[in-house]
Amino acid sequence: MSDALVSLRGVTKSYTRGKETVQVLEALDLDIAQGDFLALMGPSGSGKTTLLNIIGGLDKPSGGEIKVNGERIDTLSSGKLAKWRADHVGFVFQFYNLLPVLSAQRNVELPLLLTKLSASKRKEHAQVALDIVGLKDRAKHKPNELSGGQAQRVAIARALVGDPTLLVCDEPTGDLDRATADEILTLLQELNRTHGKTIIMVTHDPKAAEYATHTLHLDKGRLVESAEAAG
Amino acid sequence: MKFFPLIWASLWRKKARTLLTLLSIVVAFLLFGMLQGVNSAINRGVELANVDRLITINKLSLTEPLPISYLNQIRAVPGVEGVAYATWFGSYYQEPQQFVFGSPVDPELYLPLVPELEISDEAVNKLKQTRTGAVVGQALMDKYSWSVGDRIPIQSSIWTKSSDGTSNWEFDIVGTYTVPSDVNQEQGFLFNHTYFDEARAFGNGTVGWYLIRVGDPTQAAQVAQAVDALFANSPAETKTQSEKEFSQSFIKQFGDINFIVTAILGAVFFTLLFLTGNTMMQSVRERVPELAVLKTLGFTDSTVTVFVVIESLLLCLFAAVIGLGLSSLAFPAMKDVIGEASLPTDVIIAGLLAAILLALIIALIPAWRTLRLSIVDALAGR
Repeated sequence: MSDALVSLRGVTKSYTRGKETVQVLEALDLDIAQGDFLALMGPSGSGKTTLLNIIGGLDKPSGGEIKVNGERIDTLSSGKLAKWRADHVGFVFQFYNLLPVLSAQRNVELPLLLTKLSASKRKEHAQVALDIVGLKDRAKHKPNELSGGQAQRVAIARALVGDPTLLVCDEPTGDLDRATADEILTLLQELNRTHGKTIIMVTHDPKAAEYATHTLHLDKGRLVESAEAAG
Repeated sequence: MKFFPLIWASLWRKKARTLLTLLSIVVAFLLFGMLQGVNSAINRGVELANVDRLITINKLSLTEPLPISYLNQIRAVPGVEGVAYATWFGSYYQEPQQFVFGSPVDPELYLPLVPELEISDEAVNKLKQTRTGAVVGQALMDKYSWSVGDRIPIQSSIWTKSSDGTSNWEFDIVGTYTVPSDVNQEQGFLFNHTYFDEARAFGNGTVGWYLIRVGDPTQAAQVAQAVDALFANSPAETKTQSEKEFSQSFIKQFGDINFIVTAILGAVFFTLLFLTGNTMMQSVRERVPELAVLKTLGFTDSTVTVFVVIESLLLCLFAAVIGLGLSSLAFPAMKDVIGEASLPTDVIIAGLLAAILLALIIALIPAWRTLRLSIVDALAGR
């Protein structure tokens, strides 16, 4: 029995496209420890995002089992999985995926709408999260009034605000220039080191992977290699 | 309530589009309020009709006269408690557009049959004593700032005078009356049939219709049959109806207003359904990634779907309230056309229910798509 935060056993995933069945993940076994900062790398179509989606509870495996914090999530209903995501996972996307009609503050507050917190408490929590990512002074700005780096920081604040078990990041620096990407990665590293957040990050960028504590490589749905990062 | 800012902000994501959609719904509900309101005002006369009163008209048409000699024969029918007569005068003041309802009557016979009409004994006596006298509804007095003692010139679109061949009639206002149960009935005047019959160039010895009061309203149908049987196979056969039936058939002379209103509104709302439905679908289509993000953050499929439905409800109800509010403001402006009227509560309720139904139908397809939205596909842009 593993004491990993995330544990995958024999996880497979296949899609049916027309008459063809595409095997995306093949009998994957994986353990991710609490407090880990894991980079998932691999060529396009290797199954990185699919694996991330399954770990984040956005998708279900075709076979095998997945446990997070001891709880099997592959058997949860759609509604329970949504609740589980709200309680345990923070998501960061390549294109930030902020709601354009809401201010940074309101975007960060979004996950808290699903809690019983009062409006003033939600605001307070959102301000703390924005403060952590260094954007307290941009709280009233809408996403189109922010730079790419700032928008991604807001997205990270939104992912953090509910104090999730896991931070799941899909190419978080894919849309940013090198300098801004480094700022974001430093922020993630700090969240991992200072706040003990477990982070799983999909990236194409080897430099980005250097910020992680572990790197896993996927190819054609299989784990082919793993490496300890120096940092 | 905590979700309201999110839903409201999503609704106004494309301000110009939402505003135009809102305006189209506002116009539809403005039309709804006005047409249904007018229809309701017209039908209110029917609803106020007395159950113990019958109207006898010429079987051929309301415009065909009946001999005045029928009076005593009708009076003799068992169950009849009182009979009076009146005639359509087709009158207007100064301009044909300024229609006023005038009717020559025998005050002694007519007034006891219309107790809803409140008039002083002094005014009744003066009317009886003054050949060219008229008692005028208080609303009509106010409308043209007439006073008791004024001599008013009235034109008739039907009746010419034998004395000069013109249709210019003059009446001396000897008193006023009120109808507290329906102020629209105050938009008319009553004058002496004797004067009318002597002065008119044609049709002497006839009346427009008879008004009958029956002792027992449950016997009204039998009395009506008995009256019509009296004049069967005569040159002027009669058709006797309850006051309510008469009012309905009178209104139908102008067309089936209910049908016209329903048809117009049906067409408007049918078009609106497609227009707004399409806009709503487009709006949801554009927001697929945002809806997927909400689901990603832990909002359940049903919660996000309810957001879309509430958005539709907000849009339609907000527009309906504005549209109905505007139509209620329009009623005072239409006072000259439809008389005293306001937007009836039942029309407001019907309007709001229509808005809810419209919103639910419009939201049906977008809500279904939202419910079925796969996060993974939506985020991948598939």
